[in-house]
Amino acid sequence: MYCNTFGRFACRVFRESRFQCPMNKGQGTMSKRLATWTSCKHYKQFLERHLSNLKFMGVATRLVQHVRTVSHSTLDPAEVRKFQAMANKWWDLQGDFAALHSLNDLRVPFIRDNLLNVHSVHPISKPLAGLRILDVGCGGGLLTEPLGRLGAVVLGIDPVEDNVRIAELHASHDPVLQDHVQYRACTLEELADEEEEHFDAVLASEVLEHLADLDTFIHCCHCVLKPGGSLFITTINRTQLSYVSSIVLAEWLLRIVPGGTHDWDKFITPVELERLLESSGFCVESLRGMFYNPACGAWSWQKSTAVNYALHALKQRAEPQQDHIQPESDGLDASAHTDGPHQYNIRTAGRDTHTHTT
Amino acid sequence: MFTLTKVNMLAAAGVWRRCINITIRSLNGAKVVTRGFVSSENAEESGKADSDVYDIIISGGGMVGTAMACSVGFDPNLQGSKILLLEAGSKKEMDKAPDVYSTRVSSISPGSATLLSGLGAWDHIVNLRCKPYQKMQVWDACSDALITFDKENLQDEMAYVVENDVIVAALTKQLHALSDQVEVQYRTKVVKYTWPRPYHAVTSIPWVKVTLADGRTLKTKLLIGADGSNSMVRREAGIPTVKWNYDQSAVVAVLHLSEPTENNVAWQRFLPTGPIAMLPLSDRESSLVWSTSHQHAEELLQMDEESFVDAINSAFWSNENQSELVEAAGSLFRAALSFLMPDGTSTRQLPPSVAGVGPKSRVMFPLGMGHASEYIRHRVALIGDAAHRVHPLAGQGANLGFGDVSCLARVLSQAAFNGKDLGEMQHLLEYETERQRHNLPMMAATDLMKRLYSTNAAPMVLLRTLGIQATNALPPLKEQIIAYASK
Repeated sequence: MYCNTFGRFACRVFRESRFQCPMNKGQGTMSKRLATWTSCKHYKQFLERHLSNLKFMGVATRLVQHVRTVSHSTLDPAEVRKFQAMANKWWDLQGDFAALHSLNDLRVPFIRDNLLNVHSVHPISKPLAGLRILDVGCGGGLLTEPLGRLGAVVLGIDPVEDNVRIAELHASHDPVLQDHVQYRACTLEELADEEEEHFDAVLASEVLEHLADLDTFIHCCHCVLKPGGSLFITTINRTQLSYVSSIVLAEWLLRIVPGGTHDWDKFITPVELERLLESSGFCVESLRGMFYNPACGAWSWQKSTAVNYALHALKQRAEPQQDHIQPESDGLDASAHTDGPHQYNIRTAGRDTHTHTT
Repeated sequence: MFTLTKVNMLAAAGVWRRCINITIRSLNGAKVVTRGFVSSENAEESGKADSDVYDIIISGGGMVGTAMACSVGFDPNLQGSKILLLEAGSKKEMDKAPDVYSTRVSSISPGSATLLSGLGAWDHIVNLRCKPYQKMQVWDACSDALITFDKENLQDEMAYVVENDVIVAALTKQLHALSDQVEVQYRTKVVKYTWPRPYHAVTSIPWVKVTLADGRTLKTKLLIGADGSNSMVRREAGIPTVKWNYDQSAVVAVLHLSEPTENNVAWQRFLPTGPIAMLPLSDRESSLVWSTSHQHAEELLQMDEESFVDAINSAFWSNENQSELVEAAGSLFRAALSFLMPDGTSTRQLPPSVAGVGPKSRVMFPLGMGHASEYIRHRVALIGDAAHRVHPLAGQGANLGFGDVSCLARVLSQAAFNGKDLGEMQHLLEYETERQRHNLPMMAATDLMKRLYSTNAAPMVLLRTLGIQATNALPPLKEQIIAYASK
């Protein structure tokens, strides 16, 4: 009974105490990075190893794919116990992944509204009905489930089998998700060949900064997307500010994260990313900065893309055309996620002139 | 291959469960035969999947609970959600207003009326019956102090007096139209709630389990407790509540006026024993809410009709409690005010005199104040009297509840549009913060008023006399009060 009250109290005290310590904009990212790091430390190594393997063996190498059917009863209780500790972490809204959970307040509306701009409007209760989405690096399914609830059919892939099992187990309790969410322990490269031009949207949320070979990754995203499909990316910029927040503060000064966790060189600037996307057959639709306020544990949109940013790109139907780059100021779609559906329709109408047609 | 096996197993499980059900039914004998249909349906349902989980279960089908069910039922973002309303009583339908007025009435603010018309229930209420009033006069038995509230030039309605039964019937009618969206189970009692852990643990079921008296167990992502001031949901969730009983009981009755009047004023007079209020029901009838000591309430209930009517009239008219000192100070202050602000004083109107009481309409109930220190828990939200109980002197009980409904429905709608799990704390906290910010000041003010007027000690009487006259002289302040109470 009281643990809940205590939890809330503790959370408040925690927030307050954080509020008192000197803080700058970067620290938000630091604590967010903290959250992301724990999730990614496994598959960072895994991905790096695997991607380099791929280079040697060629893309033709196939691994056996495990498609597990979500079922409560087929689970081994011992296995379940093993993953319990970790699963609790993924889905503890106030725990290690709190910042990732609250990032949903920005990324879900961002993805939803941009998809609604591109595709025709569906019934309001299931706005994404009929769309196939691939969530790369799904972790515990934090982003996969909300999109499934909005009616999309989402495939979450993650190279870490533990994550996938936890995600499956978590989704198995909710009958609404049964037909909408599926998980698979594999890499994007493995999926790329068999699921060519299969998805309406690909999400790579907080994934890019852990990759060894970004070019191949973007290429694979291009492969699995239908022509005109959307690629959504959220990641960290490579700036002095992000260096200070995620490396100096988090690793050296506060020692919240063991040294060497972050590889600043792997962070990518929006300009580099845009260039890479344009040359791989995408055109960038919108780019927006994100800011995490650790005092209230909430994310908000901001103009500056100096630390965290979100990006939406469309796979071009025809040959890539350089002159189609949209100005950055066009990132005003998907604004104010608190808007209801009515406001949404108005904005859709207003956006029509901006919408990019290829 | 695997799927086939799974289906087979499920089917087998279903058949097995049904067999057991049949056995139990035959064992139970004749009594169960009447429920045969229901039981077999249940067996079907539970056989389909244990994973049959409701998105929202609302416990309690009173005014607030039914309004909540309608609100989520009509919400476009929640279309296709599984919603269930549980009510221990039977379905209350009303095609035409009954001849006699009910004693339990509510003062419905324009804000609540907006909510009800958004749900399509307001038209039904107007068709059945309700009585708007344009003005409110509040005055003190211990002095001449007086305050009146009205909307500009008596154009708009201050509020409406509506019988609770009429509100429930109107909402039930709307809910009936939503039958494919909202499931309603009447005559259903909950015996136990089982709470999930504060966050998703993999091995346990993450939903709230609701065990019914007939043995069924339902699961829900969000449980909304609308089960009144003795809320079982609140108790079982262990939500701490600040509460105290006033040493008062309320006597309610339907009053017949001596002659038909326009009857568009709500009257309230503060007696040292408690406030007495008369709310218009029609040209000839008004509703009485008399808060007084338990003993006096008992006496009022026992009296014959004639002495009861006399007691009411003298409560509204008598000047026996006034002291000369306060009177002098009050009139001096009033003179000063009228010198400073010629428009600042109101002329006293006299309430209509009462001629009779509706047969068997006298009822009493104890008064108390209560406030849940938390409106929400993981997968639980409290609305209406389950979260807060107020003294009827401000006529705000139902309005606070309807305010909860519109806020929670809005928060849930947004959560659904963002693909969230409806039981998550994050958006429920939004509801709690917004509503406590509104409800607490209202409750504190009501409680303060009750205390301030529960005495006839001269200093207090003087204080409230001056205070009320000053308030009455400041139209912007009054407008603020009206605006706050109209939400």
